[in-house]
This record gives sequence, structure tokens and C-alpha cells, in this order.
Amino acid sequence: MTAAALTGEVARPISVRRGGPAAPAAWLAAAACVVVIAVMGAPMALSFLASIKTPASAVPPTYLPQALSLENYAKVVNFQAGLASYVANSGLVALMTITACIALGAPAGYALARFAMRGKEVAFLALLAPIMIPYQALLTPLYLDFAKVGLVNTHVGLAIVHTILQLPFSVYLMRNSFEGIPREIEEAAMIDGASAWRRLTRVFLPLAAPAIVTVALFAFITSWNEFLAALIFMSRETSFTVPILLVSVRAGHHGAVDWGALQASVVISIIPCLVVYLMLQRYYMSGLLAGAVK
Amino acid sequence: MKRRGASQHWQGWLFMAPALVFVGVFVMIPLGQLLQTSLTDKSLLGGGKFIGFANYWRIWNDAGFWRALAFTAKYTIVLTPILMGLGFALALLTFENKPLKRLTRTIVFLPVVIGLSSSSLLWFWLLDEQVGLLNKLLVDLRVINQPIVWFVSADLAFWAVVISITWKVVGFGMVLFVSGIQSINPDILEAAVMDGAGYWGRVRLIILPLTRRVLLLTTLVSAIGSMLAFDQFYIMTAGGPRGQTFTAVYWIYQNSFVSFKLGYGAALSIVLTLIILVFSTTQIALTARSAES
Repeated sequence: MTAAALTGEVARPISVRRGGPAAPAAWLAAAACVVVIAVMGAPMALSFLASIKTPASAVPPTYLPQALSLENYAKVVNFQAGLASYVANSGLVALMTITACIALGAPAGYALARFAMRGKEVAFLALLAPIMIPYQALLTPLYLDFAKVGLVNTHVGLAIVHTILQLPFSVYLMRNSFEGIPREIEEAAMIDGASAWRRLTRVFLPLAAPAIVTVALFAFITSWNEFLAALIFMSRETSFTVPILLVSVRAGHHGAVDWGALQASVVISIIPCLVVYLMLQRYYMSGLLAGAVK
Repeated sequence: MKRRGASQHWQGWLFMAPALVFVGVFVMIPLGQLLQTSLTDKSLLGGGKFIGFANYWRIWNDAGFWRALAFTAKYTIVLTPILMGLGFALALLTFENKPLKRLTRTIVFLPVVIGLSSSSLLWFWLLDEQVGLLNKLLVDLRVINQPIVWFVSADLAFWAVVISITWKVVGFGMVLFVSGIQSINPDILEAAVMDGAGYWGRVRLIILPLTRRVLLLTTLVSAIGSMLAFDQFYIMTAGGPRGQTFTAVYWIYQNSFVSFKLGYGAALSIVLTLIILVFSTTQIALTARSAES
């Protein structure tokens, strides 16, 4: 299976055409596609449109804004500790998670792909173990440990939890990718006298760049969106991440929901995910297919 | 050659050490601590006295936990066939690489990459009885006479979450099924057409059997995800009305981090881990077996 599933570089003649291009079935399928696009695309489109309405026009609702306004966004920017602080928290935790997944996952994947070691497969299984243990169950002991060493309400603490979530996939993907690199290339570097570390950083990592992009992309999306651990570990207003910001915006100041501000914050939380996904769609799909069904 | 093999041996472990230490410190040790805590009466205020299996006996008599577990099972059993059925239908509709179909796939997949908290709040707004556009649309189309108040009844709240999650993750199954269908040898399908097989004949006799492995694995991945549901219920229903929409993870959260009964929460976590383990070992066994064949 390949990333072509979504990006579709390879045209496969699977559907066998009968009865010419204007067959009614083809028109029916096209109409169905249009309906699907409308239904699936509407929620995000409506949320965006609601976010640029003037706050006063939230009730009663209208499908389209009657007047455009950025007032809702201005409210979110100044919400509690300030949007910049929430985005910075989320961004920093995501960056740490990405770094940890690559720094831990790439060398481990390299060893698994290229070294003759007794007990290697057992170690591989140990690295995959976190998949089988729901991280939700680990939050109680981690909370108690983090409280002892002062990691509650810190970026590092939350990044550790997000790395637990994403490390097995990272190791798996890096191993797969390194195994696909021809041995001749490594042997040439060996003859030149390059050490194992040098071979990893100068030969393997550049050749495995697509896998590293995929690891980083998944780590970002997981970390940016993760909710439960952030809810438990980040209890101070100044340490909230974006998903927690959303819930606080809904809670509002006086119990009444500020719907305009809520949709503005939803849009803000969604945009980074959509942008990185649409830019790196091919990497995302290759990772998804490798991780889920192989 | 032999010497290199020996030196590779320890170097390999050196490269693996950081990841192994990480998993040891942040997964294996906490797992041990979880087991240990589950045998104590620890709370956030203190405690920590060894009480044997008392917490596990308490689970046995905890009607709230069994209700949450039953609710989670119901959620999984209702949602999984919807996700797989719709995902497969969408895959059949869009697997060809034509511009409109590729666009459809991209749009359907977009919600998969956004956060559950974002999608839950988006739907919380769409479904609201006063400002929600879904209610307005249904009223304007004369489907209903007055807005539906989704979150006052456990049944309606359940379906509200099912609808929002279907929108959010149906693209996941679709994409995996598309790749499964695309990897079928086109010659087989062409031969079937020659033999006079119609569209549904090809779907039933060729596409379904040849994508069975992907279907099975995706179903398991999806079911495990549903068994661990938390965000969507925390945000959309808050477990209500009257605690009727607590999921298993939500019940653990309530006990551990709202009531601070950490020992009891740990015992609940162990039980949940064992339940999930049954699903995930099945998944891994299936993956391993199909990798051999």
C-alpha cells in the first residue's frame, strides 16, 4: 500500500468503464460526491463564518454573516492569560514532543534496522508496549511522580506524556525506513572509516528524511490536540494549552457561553492542523497506512 | 567480520538505550506503581495504607463503574459499524483517482487531523437549541417543528456524540479502505467484468474478500479508540444528564482527579488496561499472522 491512496499519483485502472463516459452511474457518483463534500465540509465552514460575525448577531443564528467583524478574535486574543501564551504553551510542548520522538526514535530504529543484536526483537516489543497500555491508565502514577519532582504544570511534563503516546509509532516508522536503505550505501561509508554515529547522522538520517517528516507531523498533531493529560497536568491558567483554552472560553466569565468567541477559538485551534496536513498530505498518508494496517 | 559483529552488538544497545530507558522510566515503572497504588487507599490528601484487594472488591460492587462500562460498550457497539459501513461506502464511492473523487476524499479526511476538543465544541455549538445551525436547518427544512434539545436526555446526548464523532473520524476508515481497494490487482476486476459480474457482484465477491484484513484491523483500531472515549463526553455531555453518559475513562478521571481517590482510580485503571489488552493483543496477533502470509 502506498501514499497514493489519497494523493493519487498513480492512476490505477480499477473501475472498468462500460457504456462510455456519460453513463448515468458516473453522474450519480459525481452528484453523491458533491453531497458528501457539502455535508462534511459544512461544519468547519459554518464555524469559520460564525467566527467572523459581529458578536451581537449570534442569536438568533444566521447561516451567513451579515457584517464582518474580527471582534470575536480580539476577545480570544485577550482571553485570560492571552492567546499568545496558550499558543506558545502548545507550540513548545509540541516542539519538545517532536524533538523527543526523533531523538529517541531514530537511533533506536537505526539499531533495530542495522545491528546484529541478541534479544533485539524483545527490545523492539518493549518499545512497542506503550501501544497496548492505554496512556489514560498511566496518568495517575505519572501525576504522583511528576508532583514529587515538580513536573506538574510544566511543558516538559506534558511533552513526556505526549512522547509516550507517539514513541512506538516513531520507532516503528524509523526502523521500517532505515531497513529500506540499500546496504551498499552504508558499506561504502564504512570503508571510508565512518563511525556508527557518523553513519547514522550523515548517511541514514538524510536518506530517511521523509520518515522524519512523518514522525514530526504525527507528533505535532497528537501533541497539539491532546486533551486529557493537558486537562490533568496543566491546572494553572498560565500553563493551559490550546485545547484547554477552548473549554475555558466556553465556561466564560459569567456562565453564559460567548458563542462567537468560542467559534473563533475553535478556528484558531484547527488552522495549524489543517495547514500542516494539507502541506504534508503525502507524508501523513504514508505514516497512517504504515502504522495502521501493516 | 566476527569482530565487527561483536562491536556492533554493544553499539546497537547504545543506540537503543535512550528509548528503552524512556519507556522503562515513564511506562514500565509507572505501570508497576499503578499496580502498587491499586492495593492502597491512597488519596491526594495522603493515605497509602496497604489494603490488599479491597479496591477490586469495591469495583465489583460499584454500580457506577458497571454502568459506565456498559455505556462505553454500547457506544462502541453502535458507533463501530456506523464508522466502518460509512467508511467503506465512501471508499467505494471515491477510490478512483479522479479530481472530484480525490477532492471528496480530502474533505472527508480533514476532520481526522483536528482535535477532538475542537470538533466536540464545534458540534456542541451546531447542536445548540438556541444558536445551533443544525437545529435551524432542520426547522427551516420542516424536518422538525421546534429545535431539538440534545443534551437534556441521555439518549439524545448519546446520538449527538455519535453524530459528531462520525463526522470526525469516518475519513480514517475510508482512507484505509481506499488503499485496500486500490491494491487489488485490476486484472482480477477486469476478469470479473468479462465473466459478467455486475457492480455489486464485484463488491461482494472480490472487493470485500480481498480487503478483509484491512477491514478487520481498522475495526479493531476503531473499537479500541471508542472503548477509551473521554474528550467528547467530557466536553459535550459532562457525563450527564444524571451521570448517564460517563464512559469508563471518564469514570476513572472522576475517581482519580475529581474525588482524588487515587488508589481506587488505580484499580479501575488496571481493570480497563486488562480489557483493552484483550483487544490490542488480538490486533497484534492478526497483524503478525497476516504479515506472514
